This record gives sequence, structure tokens and C-alpha cells, in this order.
Amino acid sequence: MGEVIDILLAVSFWVAAVRIATPLIFGTLGELICERAGVLNLGIEGIFTVGAMSGWMAVYQGMGLWGGVLVAVGVGMGFGLIHAGFTVGLGVSQHVTGIGITLLASSAAYFTYRTVLPDVTSPPRIEPFEPIAIPLLSDIPLIGPALFHQTALTYLAFVSVIVTAWVLYRTPLGLAVRAVGENPAAAEAQGISVVAVRTGAVAVGSGFMALGGAFLTMSAFNAFFFEMVGGRGWICIALVVFASWQPAKALLGAFLFGAFDAFQVRLQQSIGAAIPYQVFLMLPYLLSILALILVSRRAAYPRALMVPYRKGER
Amino acid sequence: MRLEPRESPGLGLRFAAPASAIVVALLLAAIPLAFAGAPLATAYAAMFDGALGSVFALTETLTRATPLILTGLAVTAAFRAKLWNIGAEGQLYAGALAAVVIASHAWSSSPFVMIPSMMVAGAAAGAVLLLIPTLLKTRLGVDEVVTTLLLNFVMLLFVSMMVEGPLQDPMSMGWPQSEPIVDEAVLPELVPRTRLHAGLIIALVAAVLLSLLINRTRWGLEMRAVGANADAARFAGMKIGRVMVFTAIISGGLAGLAGVSEVAGVRGYVTLDLSPGYGYAGIVVAMLAQLSALGVVVSAIFIAAVFVGADSMGRAMGVSSYLADLIVALSLLTMLVAGLVARYRIRWA
Repeated sequence: MGEVIDILLAVSFWVAAVRIATPLIFGTLGELICERAGVLNLGIEGIFTVGAMSGWMAVYQGMGLWGGVLVAVGVGMGFGLIHAGFTVGLGVSQHVTGIGITLLASSAAYFTYRTVLPDVTSPPRIEPFEPIAIPLLSDIPLIGPALFHQTALTYLAFVSVIVTAWVLYRTPLGLAVRAVGENPAAAEAQGISVVAVRTGAVAVGSGFMALGGAFLTMSAFNAFFFEMVGGRGWICIALVVFASWQPAKALLGAFLFGAFDAFQVRLQQSIGAAIPYQVFLMLPYLLSILALILVSRRAAYPRALMVPYRKGER
Repeated sequence: MRLEPRESPGLGLRFAAPASAIVVALLLAAIPLAFAGAPLATAYAAMFDGALGSVFALTETLTRATPLILTGLAVTAAFRAKLWNIGAEGQLYAGALAAVVIASHAWSSSPFVMIPSMMVAGAAAGAVLLLIPTLLKTRLGVDEVVTTLLLNFVMLLFVSMMVEGPLQDPMSMGWPQSEPIVDEAVLPELVPRTRLHAGLIIALVAAVLLSLLINRTRWGLEMRAVGANADAARFAGMKIGRVMVFTAIISGGLAGLAGVSEVAGVRGYVTLDLSPGYGYAGIVVAMLAQLSALGVVVSAIFIAAVFVGADSMGRAMGVSSYLADLIVALSLLTMLVAGLVARYRIRWA
């Protein structure tokens, strides 16, 4: 018990929790935007990977950090447009297309990395985003350093949640996104182009996913590793359901998840070798499944999720 | 532009669709090949030669095709009933672990006892791993896509725990590798001095049996009915939950068999790199085959040829072997378009 309290009172724990949460915030927001418009995007895991690789690679080739972020977002949106072309334009299976995008984007990332750097054994590092302390706020005990002494990308994640929530609930564009995800025929009758809104939502959402990947290589690990995304994309899909498709709850879910993950790492260190380390590494995945089980009974899926829309077809 | 469903796509279209998808995917592969600076004509020739150009190349391709047939069948069975099993990778590893548990200590000297019991244990392990998300779906309404995907990671960590723990080979000097299976459990070679093994026969028999099951039995009819329209199937008096459980046992069992076949036919033990994504490639195999069990055999051989050909070309010309994964992913996407063209008539009006 004493160990648990020690962990919870350490500043480094709270800082780590927010750091772990940041890519999940981006990914969950991105998936949420796609699904609110009625499109399941299983390409997320691959888009994370390709975002991580392309942002890092751009910086490694001499671009600035923000240039790298833009490259990652652009590449992510590109894969999002392919996903939208298939699922919205052609109306083919969102499940299968998504898996295809994940396979394509991650193998494209790995292939590019290996082709540009054929001989490297230890992954080359870049100079990452530095933490920025926000005056006054970062002096608050525990919460201050956790929330207000982070890198620029973490602040961008916070702002993204607010902007997404505002757009979704307070603007005509957000209304259009929600309408095409709930009742596309009615939206079309209101003069909204279902194809355009869904395509746009998937592209923007995929851009967010790539940002989540870029955070890993440009803010957290400073290098690109194979398999580094490690299921974060799939965890985001579970978090969207957990968050009932609401941006604020997505933020909360990502924080809870980050706190849990940071906690298990520290618990693992204090327990030592009594329990195999793999058990601890399994916990995030099992927690995601548990989260899905807890909310599944009252999960209010967007009604047109996974239903392709063809004009004039019932 | 409007899409009109075709009455019934002719046999010609059913073959033309995957064939053209594959051709387009291979042509698109010219982009990454050019990016890698490989001369295109030589590269394609080297790929073809490496996959099909000699008896040895052919046996390598068929060896690679064996697990792909089984995971392709696993996905076919599941997707027919619209059970979105994306967890064949984890189920393969479950089957592989079960095979090692059964066959690392000789308790019978007869291969006629060892091999069947390994297969039963492996299939059961794969089935159990898929039953968890299936029951969560039918009982609690938990979406199985995410749970099967997440369980792949859990399973791989479990394998890691086993091969560094209770199942670790004491002779491996700390290397994460399981104990080897006994000689009596090893699947026999089909062609002497190659890696091709009797797992291929198991896979082919499984394809025929699954085809008969889906097309000729009441169980298969129910799987297809639930897949086509679950509400109509329920209205017709079918028990959706039971059909899903049955489908999960078949699908998970087939993926588990893929693991058994790799352990007993190729490796002889379990490591963490037993499968280079056979479970995920199984989805591509099944889609290229348009969810036909017999078609899976053909598409698995094609995907295997891509892997073997790209590997051998890559070694010779210094192109990353991830090219194979790119081609496989591209063929999944081109197949989705080809499948649409085969099922619909496009009217420009």
C-alpha cells in the first residue's frame, strides 16, 4: 500500500501519465471524427505507423520539427483519402478497407525506412520537441508539471480536443458531420453532400491519427522503431467506444489509460521479478477489452456507422 | 454514376476479378521498386524466378502457402458468417503453443498418435482464443473487431512469457525459444531435401472439408444465412449465438492448425517470429478468393509466391523484403475494387 501511495505522489508519475495519454488523445479524436461521420477507420494502426515514420524522417532529412509534423499530417490525410475513396466513394466494406489501409500504410512506412536507411542497426535519433513550462500554472503541485510542463505537441492535443468539441457541437459543419453519421438520407435532403462531408471527416481524422504517431517519434522516443506503435491504434478504437463518441470523455479516457499505464510500469519496478514482466505489458490491452465490456451495453453507436451511403438507394 | 447489382456474376468474372486485382497490384509495386532504385524488368523477372522458377522455389512457395491456406480458411469461415475475426495471428500462436505442450515430451512413440493429438490440441487452443471475443459479442454485444485485434497482442506476450518461462528450451542458453517437439511428432517431408511437409496435405483436406461444410450442410447454410442477413436468419428461427459459436470453433480451430503445421512441419519449436503476419495475410487470401474455400488454395499460393519471390529478389538486388507486404496490402485494396466491378454493373447516367 505504501508503494502505491509513493507512486501516486511522485511528480514523474503524473508527467508520464500525460505523456502516455498524448498520442492516445490524438488517435481517439481522429477515430471519433471518422466514426461520428459514419466511417469506421481501422486504418488507424497503420496511419499511426506511417505518421511516426514520415514525421521523423522529414526531420532526420533536415526539416524543422513543425515541418515534420506537417509532413506527417499530410501523409496521414493522404491515406485517409484512400480509405474514404474506398468506403465513401465506392461504398465497399469499411472493415476490410481499414485492415488494408493498416497493412499498406505500415508496410509503406517500413519499406521507406529500410530503403532510405538500409544499413542502420541502432535507430538514429533526432532532436525532439522540448518540454515548455507554462509560467505560474506549471508551479501548481503535481498537476502543474503534469499538465503544464509538457512538449508543444501535448498542448496541441489539449487544444485539439477543445476545437473538435466546439466544431462538432457549435458549428454548422459539426452538425453536418453528426447528421451524415446518424441519418445520411436526411442530411442529403437538407442539401448536405454526404460524400464530401464523410470524405473530409475521414481525411481530417486520419491527420489526427498521424499526429499521434508523430508524437511518438518526435516527442516521446526521438527515433523510429519497427512495431513501435504496438496496438495504440486499436486501443484508441476501444477508447472511442468508452468515450461514447464525445471529445471531452475521450480526453478523460486517454488520461485514465495513461495513468493506468504509467502506474503499471512503476508497480512492475517495485514488485520486481515475482511476476513475469509480460503480465504487466498485457494489462493495457486487457484494460481496453475490459473498458469495452463495461460500456458495451449502453454504447450508442452513431446510427449510420459502417453503413455505406449511395445516393437514391435505400 | 450508378451501380446496378448483376443478377449473378458469371464464372469468368469470378476468375477475372482476382486476376486483374493481382496484376494491378503487381504493376503498382513498380512505384516502390523504382523508389528503391531497382531496374524494373530485372526485378520482376527475379521475383518470378525466385517464386516459381525451379523445383526448389516451388517447394518453398508451397511451404509458405501452407499456413496461408489455413489462416485464409479461418478468415473465410468467419467472414462468411460476418464474424469479424481479425485475430487469426493470435490463434495461430495459441495452436503452436498447444502443439509444443503436447509434443515436447514423448508419451507415445507412434506418429499416428502424436500428430493427431497435436492437431486436436492446437485447433482447440485456437478455437478457445476466438470463443472469448465471440461470446463477448453474442452475450454482451462487445464488438469483436477490436477484441480479436487486441488479443493478438495479449497472445504474443503470453507466448513470450512461455518461451522465456515454463516452456523454455533448457538447451537454448537463455534464447527465448520453446523446447523442441519430439521426432515422432514431426510432419514428414513431401519432397526429399526440401522444407515442403505434410502440413500442405492437411491444409488441402481442410479446404475441401470447409468447402463441403459451407456449401453442402445445414450448418454451412446457417453460417451463410447469418452472414447475409442476421435479422432474417433470426426470423427464420436460427439461433444466431449458436451459429456464431460454431463458426468461431471452426475459424479459430483452422488458425490454430496453421500454428501446429508451422511448428510440426517447419520449425520444430516456437519462437516469437514463428509467423511473419500469416494471420493478417489470411484476410488478404480470403478476400482474393472471394470467401470461397477452394479459391483460398489458389490465392494462398499466389500470396506465398509474392513473399518467396520478393524475398529472393530483395536479397539479390538489395530491395527491402517489406516490398512483399506492400504488394499483399495493395492486392487487398485492388481486390475490393475488382470485387465491386464483378458484383455491380456501372451505369454512367
